[in-house]
Amino acid sequence: MSQPDLIPHLFRTEFRKLTAVLCRQFGFEQLDLAEDIAGDTFLAALENWPYKGVPKNPVAWLYSVAKNKARNQLLRQQGFHQKIALALLAATSASTPELDLSEENIGDSQLQMLFAVCHPAIPQESQIALALRVLCGFGIDEIANAFLSNRETIAKRLSRAKEKLREENIVMELPPPSGIAQRLATVLISLYLVFNEGYYSETSDIVLREDLCLEAIRLTQMLIDYPPTDLPDTNALMALMCFHASRFPARKDAAGELVLYADQDENLWDQSLISRGAWHLKRASTGNAYSKYHLEAGIAYWHTIKEDTKEKWENILQLYNRLLQIAYSPVAALNRTYALWKANGKQEAIRAAEQLKLDKNPYYHTLLGELYLDSDRERSRSHFEQGLLLARTEADKKMLAKKLAAI
Amino acid sequence: MLIFRHQDGSKLASPEQMQVWMKQTMDWIGGIAAQNKYVGGHGLSFDNARTVGHGGVVTNGPFGDIKETLGGYIIVKAASPDEAAEFAKGSPILQGEGNTIEVRRMAH
Repeated sequence: MSQPDLIPHLFRTEFRKLTAVLCRQFGFEQLDLAEDIAGDTFLAALENWPYKGVPKNPVAWLYSVAKNKARNQLLRQQGFHQKIALALLAATSASTPELDLSEENIGDSQLQMLFAVCHPAIPQESQIALALRVLCGFGIDEIANAFLSNRETIAKRLSRAKEKLREENIVMELPPPSGIAQRLATVLISLYLVFNEGYYSETSDIVLREDLCLEAIRLTQMLIDYPPTDLPDTNALMALMCFHASRFPARKDAAGELVLYADQDENLWDQSLISRGAWHLKRASTGNAYSKYHLEAGIAYWHTIKEDTKEKWENILQLYNRLLQIAYSPVAALNRTYALWKANGKQEAIRAAEQLKLDKNPYYHTLLGELYLDSDRERSRSHFEQGLLLARTEADKKMLAKKLAAI
Repeated sequence: MLIFRHQDGSKLASPEQMQVWMKQTMDWIGGIAAQNKYVGGHGLSFDNARTVGHGGVVTNGPFGDIKETLGGYIIVKAASPDEAAEFAKGSPILQGEGNTIEVRRMAH
């Protein structure tokens, strides 16, 4: 890797580790301090490496700089007490605790950080922004881009979240076994939303979108590696993510444009991710309760089979029927209607679609435009036109214009 | 609340027929849920059912003397009894002769 790429790469992989470990040492209320020390460490690399050359082991170099900075910080903090307890300090200063950057402590710290960041007291959108910042090492601009927002809004959201962390006295620790299921639910929702933000985001930056999804998978894997959180819902969420992520290689064309499911070359789908998803779905299928992640993973599984069979669409329809009963969303209602068309025909789907009352939704009109295509061209055209008026992304507008031109 | 009343529940349908009904029922409920108007519901199993009569007499089966049995219920969000009745009209339960769906407002 060339030097200009090396530092951003290391920033992405090492910043979050340093931040988590520093936070564990200094206390979660010192999150800003931890971020500063981690940031300063990279600043030192940026200042030194171009002149002195890249060290043989860049990660070890970063760790040793971070350790020094952490030690200096500790000494500064202890300095306040020096005059009062000079003798005591003399006995302990020789053993100023060194920053523990072992793999084990990094893993533990990140897991604790995940639970602290996804604390129910923090508003959902702040949880996600904070997770992307301190657990994934995303820059504020990247987060703003992913949320189609601006720098100021995200910076404000982050500082409010940190304030809340201090107010609520949230500490870095894993919840006790009795409370873990409840706390895990909040963590899973945030990871699910990070993944969706990447998968369905309206931002045009495909690389950033895939990064978001892969980060969500990495954080979910941490929960699977920790036995108390290796539960059916966690595995179902993982399965769902793997099945969807399997299509990444087929989702963009040579020009970097998004390729729709129907037009994808299924030979490009990542079979190893599909098998990994199937393995997690199997592990998720224990116990006597199912979550929306189980149902969505089931739906995503059927989408890993490209061929349109009656069996495929009937299964997808039944999964959507159940999903809507436990978690209604307009997207699920529209997708269910699509499955109804594929399983039971257009007439039944039209009757169901007319009941949905989603007139403000561009995808609703796109679906009705498709459903009326053979039976009522005028209605079909009118729905595509309304869809075009409501469409928010360039890709959607292009697709609808193409459909209108074809009528 | 939509309460499913079946005529003579002792007549057992074939497994294939049951499967078709089950799928149709799930599609019907899914259609209501897709409008964000489904609240909850349950089918009621006939297995090991008991009827407790006056004086505490227990018989095994809910269909002792009466011809009608309860097959289940669902709760929907409806603006009016008429809207709820429209939901009921779409139910495959009504394909069975003599079956009815009772529409009742839940008392608060």
